[in-house]
Amino acid sequence: MSASNQSELSWNQQGLPPGPEQDAVVKGVTGEIEDKGFVVANLDKVVNWARTGSLWPMTFGLACCAVPMIHAYMPRYDLDRFGVIPRGSPRQSDVMIVAGTLTNKMAPALRKVYDQMAEPRWVISMGSCANGGGYYHYSYSVVRGCDRIVPVDVYVPGCPPTAEALVYGVLQLQKKIRRTGSILRG
Amino acid sequence: MADQTAIETAGAQAAPGANQALLSAVLSAIPAEAVLASQVARGAEVEIRVRREALHAVLRMLRDDPRFDFQQCMDICGVDWPGRPERFEVVYNLLSMTHNHRIRVITTTNAETPVPTVVDLWPSATWFEREAWDMYGIVFEGQTDLRRILTDYGFEGHPLRKDFPLTGFVEVRYDPERQAVVYEPVKLTQDFRNFDFLSPWEGMTTLPGDEKVHLNRITRE
Repeated sequence: MSASNQSELSWNQQGLPPGPEQDAVVKGVTGEIEDKGFVVANLDKVVNWARTGSLWPMTFGLACCAVPMIHAYMPRYDLDRFGVIPRGSPRQSDVMIVAGTLTNKMAPALRKVYDQMAEPRWVISMGSCANGGGYYHYSYSVVRGCDRIVPVDVYVPGCPPTAEALVYGVLQLQKKIRRTGSILRG
Repeated sequence: MADQTAIETAGAQAAPGANQALLSAVLSAIPAEAVLASQVARGAEVEIRVRREALHAVLRMLRDDPRFDFQQCMDICGVDWPGRPERFEVVYNLLSMTHNHRIRVITTTNAETPVPTVVDLWPSATWFEREAWDMYGIVFEGQTDLRRILTDYGFEGHPLRKDFPLTGFVEVRYDPERQAVVYEPVKLTQDFRNFDFLSPWEGMTTLPGDEKVHLNRITRE
């Protein structure tokens, strides 16, 4: 297929569309399992598949951006179909969505929650305030961007971003994990 | 029919003269030397300015007198007027549920002189007084719990004072070497931006390409 020649990085484009070709591959894999009892695959791809398929976010709803974040979890946009299930505990989370204005008073708490998350971990910064202070950039009490406190992987712009924008951000993060993901701990 | 009565009762407050009547009743109930000024602001807001020494007695009377019956203290807030000899105003907004009327009581103070607390009249006043202390540095005498309420732990200064700089004095960042969030003197990477808030119709006096016409018009005048 031409898609596989395009780039080594475009990992998910190597997938076959539904049709006789895909059926043949599935039949071959099924036959292999029935014959030998196991299949062989690339470990890094399996790991990436597992990681991108269960991005459990630590919900850090700080302000009004939490509302579109909640919309993204709700049935209309349904982040659940990407395996994104909000967690209330940093110990169970893979990704933190910083949704809203990060104040000086909240910054140590945010860092503590981030430190409690298990590796590998990612951060999505959602909205103008979390990206760079936004409306409150010059304020005496607001952190000028949550990347001053934690390393950020994906910035979602908007004030507030729509739920679609956040879903797109999650998909971008999945892409980033596929491109850079490794089994080694960073 | 019942709805009609309800609407009429609710409308009674808005009737012209009701506010004026409340104001004159209040003024007749407190000693004249306690009041500095009074008005019905915007025709709907009863407002009296009282001396700081008389404040507690006036508020107690407003709460306890059955004619006024202000059971609730909705809000206590500060106002900063740096040009005045007593720079702070303390504003008490009261509500009577039984009479459906409101009043605003204003007194003045400076950074050193304490205002008597009203926590013995309305226990809800503690948070309001803590906020006024936090934001303006207004001291309340008799308030046993005068801590900061909104600003950061260890914050210095009173941010709503007019002489407090907008961006404050410190900012935070994570220090990877010390493995902690640290405070540093504020350093703005982007200059403060001034916007002209005029709409395009007002702000743009010369259209692009019309400069010559505009210049001629000015010189001719």
